Amino acid sequence: MTGPRVEGEQTVPIGSNDDVVRARQTVRTYAQQCGLSLVDQTKLVTAASELARNTLVYGGGGRMRCATVRNGARVGVHAVFEDSGPGIPDLDLALTDGWTSGGGLGLGLSGARRLVDEFELDSAPGAGTKVSVTKWAR
Amino acid sequence: MAVERASERLVELLTRDDAVQEQWVTAVSATLGGRISRAELERELSELYQSLVQALDKGGLDWRDEAYSEVRALLVELSRARARHGFTPTETAVSVFACKDVLEPTEDSTAEDVKAYLQLTRLLDSLGMFTIEAYARTREEIISAQAEQLLELSTPVVKLWEGVVAVPLVGTLDSARTQVVMEKLLQSLVDSESEHAIIDITGVPAVDTEVAQHLLKTVVAARLMGAECTISGIRPQIAQTLVALGVQFGDIVTKATLQDALRHVLQLSGAQAPLGGSR
Amino acid sequence: MSDRVPVLKLGQVLLVSIQVDLEDQIVLDLQDDLAERIVATGATGVVIDITALEIVDSFVGRMLANTAAISRMLDAETVVVGMRPAVAITLVELGLSLGGVRTALTLEKGLALLERDRTARTGRP
Repeated sequence: MTGPRVEGEQTVPIGSNDDVVRARQTVRTYAQQCGLSLVDQTKLVTAASELARNTLVYGGGGRMRCATVRNGARVGVHAVFEDSGPGIPDLDLALTDGWTSGGGLGLGLSGARRLVDEFELDSAPGAGTKVSVTKWAR
Repeated sequence: MAVERASERLVELLTRDDAVQEQWVTAVSATLGGRISRAELERELSELYQSLVQALDKGGLDWRDEAYSEVRALLVELSRARARHGFTPTETAVSVFACKDVLEPTEDSTAEDVKAYLQLTRLLDSLGMFTIEAYARTREEIISAQAEQLLELSTPVVKLWEGVVAVPLVGTLDSARTQVVMEKLLQSLVDSESEHAIIDITGVPAVDTEVAQHLLKTVVAARLMGAECTISGIRPQIAQTLVALGVQFGDIVTKATLQDALRHVLQLSGAQAPLGGSR
Repeated sequence: MSDRVPVLKLGQVLLVSIQVDLEDQIVLDLQDDLAERIVATGATGVVIDITALEIVDSFVGRMLANTAAISRMLDAETVVVGMRPAVAITLVELGLSLGGVRTALTLEKGLALLERDRTARTGRP
């Protein structure tokens, strides 16, 4: 058995508010191509919007990589948000509803996690932040 | 090349006797008890026979090879047809395996014939497995299509009154079904411009925490859209379970019966409620 | 300045119809514009039509909640109309219930809601 295969990767730099909009639109295109239901598309694009904004606001900019992922008969969208900003000291705390280091509602990370099927947060102080999410078509 | 010679021998083995195809049809036909007409079987198997001979002719013994694409296509088609008509996996695979019986070596067979036969059986075994896999795939497709249809059928959203839609839920609610109901109900609010929805769970024998959470989320989502939900028909046992699970419906309106819920909603919307007994 | 979302005046009501995927700065500008226009026009109601919006994330959600709170302080009611089902489901999952924001299914129903409110408050039609 082979693991999940990633194909058709596209990179969107995130350095301005415009780029956040572009990241959303890119993710939506992938979601439509993979045949995600309307509700799942909306959930994924909303999660991408939160994460792209985090990359811009807290990470000082970075990039998003978006791709189609296949695992056997399943197909989905995989997106990775990376920055080389200050990083997150306490990952568990950062995933708590209502916690925020900036002026947000504190729903970005924790909310985004609830909107996707797979969520991976990788960060350390001074080492930047990487968030990977996957949503599978049903 | 050795392989080429081997497949030539197989072609010879298959085509030497004109009766092979005929005997093959007879063997298969005997196991299917007349549920497929002989003419139909003859058509299927003669196509298969010809493409098999052709594939061997091209020189390959590897069933995954390009030369076998037509054989594989025919086998997929055959197993799909069998699966749809309710034949068992055995009754499907026999179409391939019966060919082995027909060609079985006799006491007069030469050593070369026996060797060729063994090679052929190896090939037919692989093709037989391929057939069963195709059969299983079709069955899975049929099952998931039926599950989807059932989901559609079991969640009717009905318009009860001007501005009031209702969804009577019957049977066990799982997370997937509750989600479908939720989406359908919310969409019907938009389509019919209804400001009130009634979710009637009289026909639901049990509710777990996850399903209760989905119901609560539906009510909150409807509010975000500008509509109110009423839940009716909560059975005593379900109320007890929900309380035990720590689920609270907060300020969500609940009514004992669908009728009470409708009366409540009509009073709210200021519509003329139907008078008892009048026509 | 970049694009701004137009704010229309319809009698006593300010009407905003969001038609495109908004960049964050435009969302913030809209919140400012609305507060200023409420005071300048003496409007008693604000209707924000989001029928065309394919997503509402926490940023836009916060703008809607803030606008509702600010306008209430300035003696105007805000109604958000036309939220799509997929958007509503996503907001609930995100954990955003937009408490304090009034909602209606359609623009027409939103305007009717404000009208009923005004009648109830002033005691005359």
